[in-house]
Amino acid sequence: MSILEISNLSLSFGGVKALQDVSFRVPENTVTTIIGPNGAGKTSLFNCISGFYKPQRGTISYEGQVLSSGIKPPRRAALGLARTFQNIALFRGMTVLDNIKLGAHVHMKSGLMSALAYFGPARREEMAVRKDVEQRIIDFLEIDHIRRQPVVSLSYGLQKRVELARALAMQPKVLMLDEPVAGMNREEKEDMARFILDIREEWGITVLMVEHDMGMVMDISDHIAVLNFGQVITEGLPADVQKNHEVIKAYLGNSDIESLRKKLNPEGEAA
Amino acid sequence: MRIGDAKQSYEADEAIWTSGTQKLWFGLFLLILLLFPFLADSYLLYLGCLVGIAVISTTGLNILTGFTGLISLGQAGFMGVGAYTVAWLSLNTGLPFPVTLLLAGLMAAAVGILVGLPSLRVKGLYLAIATLAASVFLHFIFAEWESVTGGMGGLSLEPAHLFGWTFQSDFMMYFIIVPLAVLMVFAARNVFRTRIGRAFIAIRDRDISAEILGINLLRYKLMSFALSSFYAGVAGGLFAYFFRVVTPESFPLSMSIFYLAAVIVGGMGNLLGGILGAAFMTLVPEALKLLTAALTPFYPDAPVFMSPMLEIIFGALIVGFLIFEPHGLAEIWHRIRRFFRLWPFRN
Repeated sequence: MSILEISNLSLSFGGVKALQDVSFRVPENTVTTIIGPNGAGKTSLFNCISGFYKPQRGTISYEGQVLSSGIKPPRRAALGLARTFQNIALFRGMTVLDNIKLGAHVHMKSGLMSALAYFGPARREEMAVRKDVEQRIIDFLEIDHIRRQPVVSLSYGLQKRVELARALAMQPKVLMLDEPVAGMNREEKEDMARFILDIREEWGITVLMVEHDMGMVMDISDHIAVLNFGQVITEGLPADVQKNHEVIKAYLGNSDIESLRKKLNPEGEAA
Repeated sequence: MRIGDAKQSYEADEAIWTSGTQKLWFGLFLLILLLFPFLADSYLLYLGCLVGIAVISTTGLNILTGFTGLISLGQAGFMGVGAYTVAWLSLNTGLPFPVTLLLAGLMAAAVGILVGLPSLRVKGLYLAIATLAASVFLHFIFAEWESVTGGMGGLSLEPAHLFGWTFQSDFMMYFIIVPLAVLMVFAARNVFRTRIGRAFIAIRDRDISAEILGINLLRYKLMSFALSSFYAGVAGGLFAYFFRVVTPESFPLSMSIFYLAAVIVGGMGNLLGGILGAAFMTLVPEALKLLTAALTPFYPDAPVFMSPMLEIIFGALIVGFLIFEPHGLAEIWHRIRRFFRLWPFRN
């Protein structure tokens, strides 16, 4: 069953067609990856799903319900669509802990009056969130040593991890990751890949990601959709996508396809 | 060097004071506040009350500008709304001061929400201009709506009263103003320990990610405006009870700039900074006057020479602080504290 289904989505900015008739589905409890060259429309698609862009045509169905353009980003967040950004969008002046707690914002209820008084319901709720964040997320992502540090002081890899933590605090059903391992070293990439797999397997969260690192994409994805010039070229299992001529053309141009295919798929040589 | 402060519970870890020493110092500070009116002369008492009012209003503006990132030049206007509400209520009803002050705050909050409406669309300097327009508009209402505000002549009011007590002297007013200031600063501190305060800061730091986390921008921006102008309204109400006359000229535009300067000099987004900024902005001009008086015996020309210079020196001090301490007076305090925490080591 698909938790997210994109049908015939079109988005243009003036004359620029960012997305043309895009259709694909995200099966539930999978790691689904959107790949494609730069400018193919991957981030635009994310922005449509999270409600920042309003597509001119087409629909996005989430859990069988059509998300109309009247459903604004905060509401979509409350429905269980969480995301991270390509260039980290943390709150730089706040500590790691406060950033993660902000993820839980939609699930908290204290109003202004109880916040002013603090002692009583507001404090009980804060402590429950703190406990949940500590035990469920900070432990899992191994960031307990930095919880009191302001985000600005952290390395890039750790900032990406904190952003993932914040998205997890939203208790999402679908986690959208925009280039989760871009700019990371090998060790950080392996850590992140492990976290993504654990999130799917242990927490049962569907992961939808955009990523350029083909090694990682082919290793951990269950389902891949390929976007080029705003159109879906193909979708399917990693092995099928790797062999697809259109995909190879989109990535490598129209020359000697056989030798390029070997580059893209080194294991294929043995066969 | 501070050691051995491992915590056993999340409650202890998130407390405002995490060590006994801090509690002791704060207790001492409260004791000084309590004893101050018995020891101070009438001039110091007068200044103490002014600082108390300024602390409330600066804390309010800090919530809006320092923590939520919305620049406002309407603070004096909101204080005016509070002051006129108190004046009108004390003239036309017999309500005691806790009720009138609460209503003053609520009235100002309502006006604040109206003024805050453009904040969803306009940001930064544009919002400053929008709030400036609101403050000019409020000034116009204060001056022209004669049946309610008494026009240019303003309103004179009776002293605050409660259960047959009247609060006529500065000494009595001190015991309304200062406890209220302490209470309201704590209430603000509490807000920033909860989801509401975090949402404000999130909007300041990066409003797009705030939205993706499910924070409704308009709702929280208006909430920040309401809370901030509630503080201004209460401060204005106290101002009315303190001076017992309210005119349109009591709340000039320069007063809004005064509070904005207090927030910036003290430290934006830092409640302690707001307090220090309010004290600095209120007390430094007075200190300069005292300095002039102290110099007169040695240089008989001092008053002639100094009085036109006071404003210039005051301005230069502000500029100096901004250059050498861009994070505000609060940063100086943090540095002192860090020194003692690490002593005898250096950071």
